[in-house]
Amino acid sequence: MKEPEEAYCLGIESTADDFGVGISTFQGEILANISDAYIPEEGGIHPREAARHHAEVADKVLSEALTKANINPKTLRVISFAQGPGLGPCLRTGATVARALASYLDVPLVGVNHSVAHIEIGKLKTCTRDPVALYVSGGNTLVAAFECGRYRIFGETLDIALGNCLDVFAREAGLRHRQGLPLGAALEQLATKGEKLVSLPYTVKGMDLSLSGLLTAAVTLLQKGKHKVEDLCYSLQENAFSMVAEVTERALAHTEKKELLLTGGVAANKRLQTMLKSIAEEHNARFNVVPHEFATDNGAMIAWTGVLSYTHGLVTPVEESFVKLRWRVDKVDVPWLK
Amino acid sequence: MAEVNSRQLLKKGAEASLSRAERYGRQVVIKARLPKKYRPAELDTSIRSYRTVHEPQLMNEAKKAGVATPTIFLVDVKNTAVTMEFIEGKQVKQLLNYLSPSEQRELCVRVGELIGKLHAHGLIHGDLTTSNMIVNGEGKIFLIDFGLGEKNMELEAKGVDLHLMKRALQSTHYNLAEECFENVMKGYTAVVGKEEAEKVTEKIKEIEKRGRYITKRQEET
Ligand SMILES: Nc1ncnc2c1ncn2[C@@H]1O[C@H](COP(=O)(O)OP(=O)(O)O)[C@@H](O)[C@H]1O
Ligand SMILES: [Mg+2]
Repeated sequence: MKEPEEAYCLGIESTADDFGVGISTFQGEILANISDAYIPEEGGIHPREAARHHAEVADKVLSEALTKANINPKTLRVISFAQGPGLGPCLRTGATVARALASYLDVPLVGVNHSVAHIEIGKLKTCTRDPVALYVSGGNTLVAAFECGRYRIFGETLDIALGNCLDVFAREAGLRHRQGLPLGAALEQLATKGEKLVSLPYTVKGMDLSLSGLLTAAVTLLQKGKHKVEDLCYSLQENAFSMVAEVTERALAHTEKKELLLTGGVAANKRLQTMLKSIAEEHNARFNVVPHEFATDNGAMIAWTGVLSYTHGLVTPVEESFVKLRWRVDKVDVPWLK
Repeated sequence: MAEVNSRQLLKKGAEASLSRAERYGRQVVIKARLPKKYRPAELDTSIRSYRTVHEPQLMNEAKKAGVATPTIFLVDVKNTAVTMEFIEGKQVKQLLNYLSPSEQRELCVRVGELIGKLHAHGLIHGDLTTSNMIVNGEGKIFLIDFGLGEKNMELEAKGVDLHLMKRALQSTHYNLAEECFENVMKGYTAVVGKEEAEKVTEKIKEIEKRGRYITKRQEET
């Protein structure tokens, strides 16, 4: 299908603590990518409060994105939104905004899978074609690669996500979310000062991994106070990243793909990058990291995946636009591949 | 030295390199776990030694449970290498897609029976994939690759073990996965009994539904 050049898709992301709006041309040029994060006073994400935040900032973020892209809303061809996986109240807020916008503009709606979107934006921005993708964030940890019509999962967490594991430990260690410095980054800084590797659980099970035992053990040692916080941060990272790296290497060996893509919020971690680069070299694969702006949850990735879906005949009728809290990537058809 | 030279690389996997050789007048496989540069040396050494020691132990235990595994000849902890019997045959992975539906069914039921025998003896394989099962010339199934296994009687461990079997089927035999897993569970049920199999099935469902988020520490435990 050939599209005139001025076709745009606006995408809405609201699966967890970020509310984001992105605008992409049908050729994959990102014209705007605006988000507003809900930062809890203390503790982790409270889904209902996050959803309330999203509803409050939706108008502002939308109009900022339209201004930034400098386009007339009437020229939007399609509205996409993250339909899952994620936190129910947050997802519903985004879906409601998307439905209203699509109906107001009288354009089709496309529900996209948030995890697929992280992979697709990574591929777009790093010119990667057919990678083994490691997607690591606050809510997801998975290794996926395209085989026979879908992204197949070659490894995932059996319990909590990598970003969640790091964040919970950081909070326990008294680190605070400061302006411009997320918890994970604060932990990474401390970890670079660690010197001693403290023995912690290392749990790889088949193609999957488990992080909750590691987190519990690390928090217990922290509370006992016998080790330096820096050493614990270092050891937690080394163990967690080594586990993730091991399952990623298995996927590379199994699929024999020649590209490795690191995407998602935790992709910003330099130590994790170094480990994966080493694995890629070992398997003669090209290593790529998604650029920072597109690493954390963002609207641009939803817009771009909306373009891919829509131009391959996928639309989501309003009556089928209910959110899918546990929508796995291997349940999603990706007709734009092969 | 002559022996070392006669080694023939069989497979270089993600974790180990496997070579074939002749020792004591028989065909053997030498499985050497290679150092991983990406993780700290200390951690790397402890992971490799642990697996090198545990894999042969579990393989011997599995034999006692009535599950065929290659016989272990030598455990070289220093070089993290295990020498074991070579099994002439094909991986279930290579066979499965080429079998007739009834042969597929039979093979999966038998695999399920073996898993049932392991679990009934408190053994968790830890990496149930169709590459880790070899069918020899007489049609006997051997289980290999116990490096991630453990001795554990808990329902949780059994559930995870079977969940991983299901996941492995989904990622390599997508179109057959559902039916194959149903048949695996049939064989499993025949060995462990209906009541236990139902409990494990419930556990698998629970594992699949597990949330990926915890908001507070307390909610995790
Ligand atoms: N005893 C054996 N006899 C014959 N082939 C074997 C034997 N052990 C391993 N193999 C072959 O080597 C492959 C990799 O061995 P495995 O023990 O599973 O190590 P890895 O951890 O690399 O998967 C197996 O899938 C199988 O094809
Ligand atoms: Mg194996």
